[in-house]
Parts: sequence; C-alpha cells; structure tokens
Amino acid sequence: MPGPKTLYDKIWDAHVVHEDADGTCLLYIDRHLVHEVTSPQAFEGLRMTGRKVRAPEKTIAVPDHNVPTTPGRDKHIDNEESRIQVEALDKNARDFGINYYPVSDIRQGIVHIVGPEQGWTLPGMTVVCGDSHTATHGAFGALAHGIGTSEVEHVLATQTLIQKKSKNMKVEITGHLRPGVTAKDITLSVIGATGTAGGTGYVIEYCGQAIRDLSMEGRMTVCNMAIEGGARAGLIAPDEKTFDYVKGRPHAPKGAQWEAALTWWKTLFTDEGAHFDKVVTIRGEDIAPVVTWGTSPEDVLPITGAVPAPEDFHGGKVEAAKRSLDYMGLTPGQKLTDIAIDTVFIGSCTNGRIEDLRAAAAILKGKKIAVKRAMVVPGSGLVRAQAEEEGLAQIFIDAGFEWRLAGCSMCLAMNPDQLSPGERCAATSNRNFEGRQGRGGRTHLMSPAMAAAAAITGHLTDVREFM
Amino acid sequence: MDKFTTLTGIAAPMPLVNIDTDMIIPKQFLKTIKRSGLGKNLFDEMRYNADGSEIEGFVLNQPAYRDAQILVAGDNFGCGSSREHAPWALLDFGIRCVISTSFADIFYNNCFKNGILPVVLPQDAVEVLMEDARKGSNARMTVSLEDQTVTTSDGRSFGFEVDPFKKHCLVNGLDDIGLTLEKVTAIDSYERTAAQSRPWV
Ligand code: SF4
Repeated sequence: MPGPKTLYDKIWDAHVVHEDADGTCLLYIDRHLVHEVTSPQAFEGLRMTGRKVRAPEKTIAVPDHNVPTTPGRDKHIDNEESRIQVEALDKNARDFGINYYPVSDIRQGIVHIVGPEQGWTLPGMTVVCGDSHTATHGAFGALAHGIGTSEVEHVLATQTLIQKKSKNMKVEITGHLRPGVTAKDITLSVIGATGTAGGTGYVIEYCGQAIRDLSMEGRMTVCNMAIEGGARAGLIAPDEKTFDYVKGRPHAPKGAQWEAALTWWKTLFTDEGAHFDKVVTIRGEDIAPVVTWGTSPEDVLPITGAVPAPEDFHGGKVEAAKRSLDYMGLTPGQKLTDIAIDTVFIGSCTNGRIEDLRAAAAILKGKKIAVKRAMVVPGSGLVRAQAEEEGLAQIFIDAGFEWRLAGCSMCLAMNPDQLSPGERCAATSNRNFEGRQGRGGRTHLMSPAMAAAAAITGHLTDVREFM
Repeated sequence: MDKFTTLTGIAAPMPLVNIDTDMIIPKQFLKTIKRSGLGKNLFDEMRYNADGSEIEGFVLNQPAYRDAQILVAGDNFGCGSSREHAPWALLDFGIRCVISTSFADIFYNNCFKNGILPVVLPQDAVEVLMEDARKGSNARMTVSLEDQTVTTSDGRSFGFEVDPFKKHCLVNGLDDIGLTLEKVTAIDSYERTAAQSRPWV
C-alpha cells in the first residue's frame, strides 16, 4: 500500500510520463502560458528545426511585460524593440495556432492574472510559463513554476518538461491575522523568516488557519512570492473557495466534466502523516504590516521598526547590507515611518487584482496624495473594467492617481513606466532588486493598503493609523 | 550547444551574495529576439556609468579579469527572474562556469541548457577558490566536469556533485528536445490515458 502523500506528491505522480532509473522524470504539462519577452527565441528554435507546437489548445499567450499602459498602444508602440517583441508574439501566436489575447482585447493583462481569470488554471494541473512568478497559480492547488526559454521551447515541442522532484516543505500560518495585516504581509514575513534561499530545492505547501481564511486572490498573492523565497513552487490545497472561484469561468469544465473534475479535485490534499522535509510555522497573530528596507525581498521589517545596521547581520550579508543601505540611501537607526516616498505604484501579478484595488481605494477614499506621482495599473482589462464599474477608478483619480491600462508596468520597468535614479517608490510588486523599477530607483515592497497609506502621507506609514 | 569537458581559465571573484538575474542582465536588454550579443551588457549597471564609461572598480573591467571564463560568487547566485538572458549574457561574455555555495533553481537549470556548468561547493571550498581567483590572470583554475573537480592554480582540488543526466547532456552537448522526442510514444500514451481520466484538461 502506498504511504501517505503530500499534495505535491499527488500532483507530481499524476503527471509522470516517464521515469529514468536516476529519478529524472518527463513530466506532462497541462497549461503553458507564454509572454512576449521569454518566448521569441523558443519559437525561433521551433522554426529552425521544423517543429510544431504539440498542444496549441493548451498554450496561451498574452503580451504584458513591455506593453505601455497608456492609451493608443493597440495602434502603435513607440519603443521599437518592444514593438518588435509584441509583433513577434502576434505572429508566433497566429502561425502556431495558440490561444491569444492581444492588447486590443479587454481580456489582455498580466499573464498570471489572465490565466486564473479565464479559467485556464485549474486545481491539480501542471502549469508552466517562462516567468518566475508562475508560482502564483499554485493558489489553486496546481503545480506551477517558472521555466527558462530553452524549456519554453521544450514544452512547446513536447508538452513535457524534464524534471527531478523537489523536496516537500510546509509553511504553516496558524491562527488569525490581526487587523491591517494582509496576504502580502504573510508572504513577505515568510521570506523575512526563511531568507531568499530558504525554499531552494523545495516545493512549499502553505497551510494553516490563516491561509484557509484567505480569499483566492489573497492566496495568489502568497503563492506569487514563493519564488522570492527560493522555492520551485508554492501550493495551497484546493477547497470550496477554490471551486467557487473556478466555477463558470470561460475555460473551466462544465456539466458532467465539472462533476468529474470536482471529484478528483477533492482528493487533492496532503494525507495525514505525509512527510515534509522542512517545516516552518508562523503564528498569524505575530505578523505585522511589513515593508522592505533593502534590495532583497528578505529585507523585511514591521513598519514600526527602524533601518538596521550592517553589523546586525553576519557572513556575506554584512557586505550586502552595506551595499543595500548605500543604494537605498538609508541610515541605520532611521525610523521606517520617517522615510519619505516620491512615487506609489499599485499593480503587478502580486497585487493587481480587484480585491487589491478595493483595499487601496478603501484607504484613499476622499483623500489626496502627498507624493509626486502615484499610479494604479490593474492586472487585466477585466479587472480595470470592474474597478470602473465599482467606482474605485474614480476614487483613485480623485485622490490624484493615474489610472492606467493593464500590464506589468513599473513592476519591472521594461515599458515606459520607470523610476528615475534616486526616486523612492512604495510598490505592491514583488522585487526590490537594484534597478528593478528603473536604474537607480529605490523600491519598498508592501501591501496595497500600506502603499495607499504612504501615498496619503508622503512617507512610509502604518496603515493601522487609517483604520 | 557546446560540450563542456575540462576548462582551464581565469576565474573572477564576485564575493557578493544574492547576485540576481536583474544584476546579471538588466531588463532593458531583454527586448532582443535573439540569443546572442548580450555579453557587452553583462552586469551592465555594475559595469558601466550612466554615460557608458566603465566603472573602474568592477571586477570584469580590471585588465586581469577581462578574459575570465569562470566566476566565483557568493551564496544564492542567479536568484530572481527566470530570464535565460542571464546565462546567454554570461556565455556571450565568455563565462563557461560559475562556482558558488548555492544557486537559484531556474538559473541553475538554465545554465545546463546553454553549456554553462554551475558548480556547488561548501563555504570553505568557495573561500579557497575566491582567494585563488583574487590572484588575477596568472592564476588559472581548472574545472573538470568529467572528474567532477575544481583545481586551484596551486593544485588544491575540490570534488563536486552533479546530476548524472545533466552531466551526460553537458559533456556530450546534447539537445534535450531531441532526447525527449525519442520518448514520443510514452507521451502519446500518457495523453490517451489522461484524456480518459482528466478529460477537462
Ligand atoms: S507583474 Fe512583474 S512579476 Fe508579475 S509577471 Fe509582470 S514583471 Fe513579472
């Protein structure tokens, strides 16, 4: 009799096409998401070898990384290299017959928001994309991770991936979150506790009461940043909330197939007594609203804290902290709430969904921004439309925010939305690396509500003051 | 893909931890639709001033390291974005081997697909190699994938582990896709079974 299995074990086992003696597996891929930046060389490879896309019906493409978020982009993109990449994706999608959402389509958006929104992402699936934040889809109990361009080509040609199994890691968030604490604070706090390499070699399953209590959107925020913790993927077992979210979406199963799917999905949980190679437990009550101070996502502190000194660390981290403080223009001992902000960015695949916009708008309602610029970039055209319908767009605009079209925008600044050198940004995205949001730009990561609070006061702010 | 058997070359020391793929190749260079030509922008923001002039202190700008083929780096090398442009840029510059205590997962895999060998060694071994790399261009390090060893210029040797399948592909310069397509009947049969058991996919 097979022993108890983790959720990861179950999904893995259901997708093994072939296993070599040394444990190298050929894993079947149910969904392949594609965007314009990491795919051109893969399609070029197919053309050069005369290969086809094996399962175009399981392949979904959308341009998101370098599209501008201002009107007129469906007619013309100024930056020539960006335009060539987007045009290449248009052509590749057409030539190879894959599902496609061009910028002119209201369903266009960030690939990790479009997949779940359209019902492409379902529990128990394997999902890959040439993008590290594919981890987002793990919120559905799907095994989802980023791959490189050579692997994109491999999946296009074979619908499989050569993989070795990772180890199992459990991250349990017990109890309840305190007011003002969100999914973003959970995921940042986990990285703060385990470090950016803490999950290397593992697939993380997030569990515990505080995770159960999250909405699907919050769960996506948590899994999204599994990669910042170094993990191959993050997973959350599907439950009634998952099934409710999926039901009725354009590509979700219907009728008898829905019933069959549901029967299988309900078996997707970690069995009692299954083995985890590493376990991290955090009390939900201990998590505070947090921000990052440095240039690594592990540089996390409660907003009530102060900028650390390099001597607070050891090993290679001492040098790294020195460099971070210098880059970020911060002094040890400075209170985090004294750090003045120039720009606020609300969006990205971490926090660009409707609930994120609602959370920010709730803080902003009737207030004005005290920063130089602030922008909201909805994660998809549909999120944007819904926010307009709910009156959120007007709240942002009245507060002084720019209301943009969907895309990755200032999360990585491959498009015209960028920070200038020294400009300091409160961002709801997932990476605070040097230059990530523009050369010399300084990024503090936080939740949408915290970013909204910073927009109103002009400095990093404890959102609980507004509650 | 070029084979990797044994490499003797100059090693550049980069003791920084958490060198991420945004540092290795900043996003403004990801707009290419080709794999080649990225070497001049490897570590762009650490290597050049805003006006395009070289930053003197940066290791790869120093005469001793301009022809480096090996990098010895701090923990968690290659974290962050999945961009394969990072190994493409390293390769285009001429780097064929990176040595660290740990690598981020996706970057590690991407290296093997491009003929670059990532070597994981314990902290004390990496420290010895870092010291050796600091000696500059007169000190040549040797990396043998066949023997799974790294040897310093003065003959100290360290053994490393590597996955046998990955080693096999790299030593022989094999294309993964070709290998997988040899198993196409297994894929066909998986698809037939899955169409029955999970028809909604
Ligand atoms: S929003 Fe940011 S993290 Fe997400 S896919 Fe786009 S660039 Fe990557």
